[in-house]
This record gives sequence, C-alpha cells and structure tokens, in this order.
Amino acid sequence: MHAEPLTTIFLNAAIVNNFVLAMFLGICPFLGVSAKKESAWNMGLAVIFVLLVSSAAAYGIDRLLVTLELEFLRLICYIAIIASAVQLVEMFIKRFSPALFRSLGIYLPLITTNCAVLGVALFQTSREYDFVQSLVFALGAGVGFTLALMLMAGLRERLALARVPNLTQGTALTLMLAGLLSLAFMGFAGIGGSHG
Amino acid sequence: MSELPNRQEDLSLDTFVRGLWRENPIFVTVLGMCPTLAVTNSAINAIAMGLATTLVLAGSGVLVSLLRNWIPKQVRIASYIVIIATFVTMVDYGIQAISLDLYAALGAFIQLIVVNCIILGRAEAYAAKQRVLPTLVNSLGTGLGFTIALLSLGVVREILGNGTLFGLHLFGPGFQPWLVMVLPPGGFFVLAIWLLLFNWIRQRSERRLSESTEVAANAR
Repeated sequence: MHAEPLTTIFLNAAIVNNFVLAMFLGICPFLGVSAKKESAWNMGLAVIFVLLVSSAAAYGIDRLLVTLELEFLRLICYIAIIASAVQLVEMFIKRFSPALFRSLGIYLPLITTNCAVLGVALFQTSREYDFVQSLVFALGAGVGFTLALMLMAGLRERLALARVPNLTQGTALTLMLAGLLSLAFMGFAGIGGSHG
Repeated sequence: MSELPNRQEDLSLDTFVRGLWRENPIFVTVLGMCPTLAVTNSAINAIAMGLATTLVLAGSGVLVSLLRNWIPKQVRIASYIVIIATFVTMVDYGIQAISLDLYAALGAFIQLIVVNCIILGRAEAYAAKQRVLPTLVNSLGTGLGFTIALLSLGVVREILGNGTLFGLHLFGPGFQPWLVMVLPPGGFFVLAIWLLLFNWIRQRSERRLSESTEVAANAR
C-alpha cells in the first residue's frame, strides 16, 4: 500500500471510488446544498479546504497518539480537530466574504458532521498513508465531492423547470438522480485498482 | 434533580412510538443518510448497524440528560460530541471483540456513527431538556425506528441483488441476481422508492382527512 502512486490515490478518491456516489460519505450536504450551482461550488471549496487542514492535522495527531500508545482516543481527537478546522474556515469566510457566509448558512458549521471529513481522516489512518499521500487523498476526496455536488446542482437546476408528478418532488427525486449519477460513475470501476 | 419550568414531557407510549413512525429518522426527517445507504446491502449488516446506533443513542442520550444541568450552554455541542464519541469508541471495540467478520463488513461506518446527525439531533432537541427516563425511552424508540428503516432497505436490496435473506438462499439456481441493487446505485434507488411510498401514504391519508371534514361541513 505504501508504494501506491499519488495519481492512483487521487483518481481513486475523486472518481473511481467517488466519496459521495460510491462510498456514501457526505450525503447530507449533497442533498441539502445541491439546489444551486453557485452555492454548490462554494460548498465544495469550503469542504476541500477543511479536508486538507483536518487531514494534515489528523496525520500529526495520529503519529502523536501512536507514540503515546493512546490509539483509543483517536476518534475523539479527530472530531476535535475537524471542529476546529471548520471553525477556522468559518472565521476566514466571514471575514473575507460575508455574502458567501450568508449563502452557505447552516451548512457551514455542519461540515463538522460531514462524514466525508471524518471518513478521510479514518481511511488515511487505516490505509497507512504517509503525509503526502494523505494530503493527495484528501484533495482527491474534496475534488470528488465538489464534482458530485456540481453535477447534481446542474441536473437539479434543469429539473426545476420540468414538470414532475407531485408525489416525486423533493428528496425522492433527488435520490433517483443520485442513483443514476452513481450508475454512471460505476463505469469508472477498475481504473487504477479499487479498494472500498 | 431541579425541574425545568416547562416542556418537561411525561413518560407515555407516544414517547416511544413517535420515533417509529411519525418522527421516523429516515423516512420522515431524512437524517443520517450516510450509514443508511452504505451498509444496507444485506439485512444482517443493516440490523448490526441499527443496533449499534441504538446503543450509542441510548447511552449518549442518558448521559446528556443526566448532565444537562451541568453542561454550560456555550460548549454544549462540543460536550455532546465528546460524549457521543466515547460511546461510539466503546461500541466500536465491542463489535470488534464480538465478531470480526461483522467489523470488517461494516468497516469505518461504525466509527462514522459519531457524525450521524440523528444522534446529535436527539441530544440537542430532546435529551438536553428532558428527564432521564423519557430520554431513554425516546432514544430507544428512535433507534428502533432507525433499525426498522435500515432493515426495510437491507431486506429489499439483499433479496433483489443477491437472492438471499440473512444469507439463506430464497430462489432456485435459476435466479439471476439483480446485481445493481447491492451496489451503490441500488441504495439510492431503493431509498427513493421507499420515500415515494411513504409520501403516497401520507398524501392519501391527508386527502382522506380533508374529504371527511368537507363531508362533515356539508352535512352541517
């Protein structure tokens, strides 16, 4: 696993085992913020940033815990790291772009409970990635998340103009679309090897 | 124990049953989607995930409710997260000790219970305000509702995608499994269909209700 090339890690996380469509991580914001392309894009960028910060910090903390033989505290530490990273991003966005801050709304603090972020930290630990590999993995996951979010937002913007039966409006329709997207992404399976 | 002035709920059947149907975490409030879709490719995984989540819900609910007068308001979310993470770590090591196969099948999703919105939602909306016993009952109800929802997905996906139920073969050797159902897209499709069914039932009962009130109004 150590010899895995960086491009493979990136492609695996971003496309082949797309975090949203193949691993089901980060479904809540995927369903919640994918109504408009602009907010989807901003959400994606915020998540990429949080992922990179928390992945780097999680790598450091994991080394520390392993040397201290306190591995059972891993989960609690990771959660604390992610919460602080989100806080950091929140302050950053609030300072430099209040409009963006308002448009992301409640979903910004909710990145803390985005499974994708914790998922990256846990997977990089269990797959024993080194520091650079972890960062590339986090970047790939973030790009994959943004890609899925943008695709979904594009579809939903078109769909808002279509007439659909009353019953299927809302979550059910979004899930159907997600299923179709997921089917399409299955076509990538096999590129660059897979581990799920 | 000091009494909060209002909104204290008395223990009743509704405390338990509400989580099963009217406030079902999956079908009604659409929370906790990630584990719902990821581990429901077989019925047994669904049950294990449901039970693990129920345990964490009940444990963290009781502890949050016990500590509700001591946790300062400003740091409550952080405190809840730490409490939840503690119980998840316990459940994680527990499952690892009981069945390694199950642990491998569920993978990282046991640890990901920490970020399941249902649990934090219950802690914030219910356990932080109510006494211990109603909290325990309500958590168990919500957990059971979650388990049933997971099971309803897991059963459909396992039968269609694998031709088995709890590992037992249901059909003859001529059965051609509908493979997509156990793969990721199947999760989205089956959940969408269940949601459609629930919407349909709800709309129908609402229509019936409005019709019957209309009839009553006309009769008068």
